[in-house]
Amino acid sequence: MISDVREAKQREIKEALKQLDSLTKMTGLPIYPEPKTGNPLWSDVRELDLRYQIPVKRIYKFFEKMTEGKVMATKCPKCGQVFFPPQDDCPSCRISNLDWVEIQGEGEVITYTVISVKPPSFSHYSDYVVGIASFKGTSVTAWIDGPKDKLRVGAKVRLEVERREEEGYITYKLVLV
Amino acid sequence: MTNVAIIGTGHSRFGSRTDVNLQELAWEAVKQALEEANVEQKDIKYFSVGNVGTWSAEPLPAVVIGEYCNLVPSGTMRVEAACASGSAALRDAYMAVKSGEVDIAMAVGVEQMHQSPNPTVVEMIGRAGNYFWEFENFGLTFPGYYALYATAYMNKYGMREEDLGKIAIKAHHYGSLNPYAHFQKEITMEEYLKSRQVAWPLKLLDSSPITDGSAAVVLASEEVAMKYTDSPVWIEAQGVGSGTANLSRRTDFTSIDAARVAADQAYKRANIDRDSPSKMIDVADVHDCFTIAEVIAYEDLKFAKRGEGVILAREDQTYVGGKIPVNVDGGLKAKGHPIGATGVSMAVSLTRQLLYRAPNKAMQAEIRNGRALAHNVGGTGHYAYVTLFSTRRPGL
Ligand SMILES: [Zn+2]
Repeated sequence: MISDVREAKQREIKEALKQLDSLTKMTGLPIYPEPKTGNPLWSDVRELDLRYQIPVKRIYKFFEKMTEGKVMATKCPKCGQVFFPPQDDCPSCRISNLDWVEIQGEGEVITYTVISVKPPSFSHYSDYVVGIASFKGTSVTAWIDGPKDKLRVGAKVRLEVERREEEGYITYKLVLV
Repeated sequence: MTNVAIIGTGHSRFGSRTDVNLQELAWEAVKQALEEANVEQKDIKYFSVGNVGTWSAEPLPAVVIGEYCNLVPSGTMRVEAACASGSAALRDAYMAVKSGEVDIAMAVGVEQMHQSPNPTVVEMIGRAGNYFWEFENFGLTFPGYYALYATAYMNKYGMREEDLGKIAIKAHHYGSLNPYAHFQKEITMEEYLKSRQVAWPLKLLDSSPITDGSAAVVLASEEVAMKYTDSPVWIEAQGVGSGTANLSRRTDFTSIDAARVAADQAYKRANIDRDSPSKMIDVADVHDCFTIAEVIAYEDLKFAKRGEGVILAREDQTYVGGKIPVNVDGGLKAKGHPIGATGVSMAVSLTRQLLYRAPNKAMQAEIRNGRALAHNVGGTGHYAYVTLFSTRRPGL
């Protein structure tokens, strides 16, 4: 669970800070030797917790519809271009307030990979498959779920909305048909 | 508009450089470049700094470096084009001279990735696709993005694991000869095949390392260059392109559009035969952040037809003595990939190649045309820069 990851991270930070504090107390300096080379490194005493606040007002409908189990794209009423990820401006026609259309039916896997070396913020997952699938020309990047023996370029997939248990938020995935 | 020449080069040792800080690391290359060019700091009227940062502490590195290297008060800026930031810095300084605004400028590239722990760096680079739609929800990593290309390429053209292995072996071979390289050790096919999966089908030995390093070049206008050197290396032409941030907005995963756009521009500007450019180029540095990227680069640069880049690798045609020597300095894969420095490092390696100054005889290409090519891709094809260097003055 993401809460376990966060707690583990906090424990790790706490432990590192404790060591740093005791080192500083002992020597008067937050400097420690790098284990491999012995090079003295100043350990930053200032912290920064990065967590962005990303505006989603213009595409809020995408998230609303996802809670109803639908994955939506936008479509320009003038030129017909479909946008996924959805966006509310068509830069070609220079118009806004695009139409919303559901991505439906079967798509085809164009390519995929299996992530083994994960970013720390995904360390609570076992290896996951990320792929790109095309739904009549509209491509979607997402995790691919389903029987591994069916996984190949050209395999058929469907889009599914799920609540990702680990973090508890609703997102979408590709499921092998 | 004037012709622009490289009149001095500098290059630090690449690797885990925790023995110096960011500005000290930059100074290693800047000092060397100043000495080679025989110019004073006051002669450098403009300098650009390629640096991506975030893993290193200084958020405004250009002036921190300018101050340390005594380049202040000349104008500067930090230039970011992801893994092509070095080429972007080169472009910025090149334009400053080419336009006639200044006579002498410097491009510096520097990156110190070891100021943060490796997992933090993995996290940060993974975020360098399209943040929300690729990273936030699906945890893509940088090897992951290129793995999507490798899977598609293997599927379409029947490339094998061993083909990518040959690229890695070549990189490590030349890395072992290059005193500036991060990895100075040969690898075998067996070691390659056994190395652990990072993002299937890519393995650890398909990947460039997390590296610290710096590089610098002094650029001068035609009029001034001749006063400082009798062996200038000219920037003959440069092409630039961009691609989508989001991979799902692309349709073809066997080629990088931005790189093809940049190559076409550069070839056109230098009157290079676009059917067989490798006949007019003696040596190239291409962006092999992962082995698959080198195969794709062969094709995007038209060294090979689409789907046949892998044959160049199979036949060892990109070693010294082959059809077109590529990454004979070890490439990003073995020399290392200090993101903001890489593009400038390519310029330094190739300038020295053209002047028969490769640091080791076994990595010196034969120079027949007097022309070298650098191919530097930022992100996963977000940015691309293709630069041609020549011993012959453009326009002659
Ligand atoms: Zn439109």
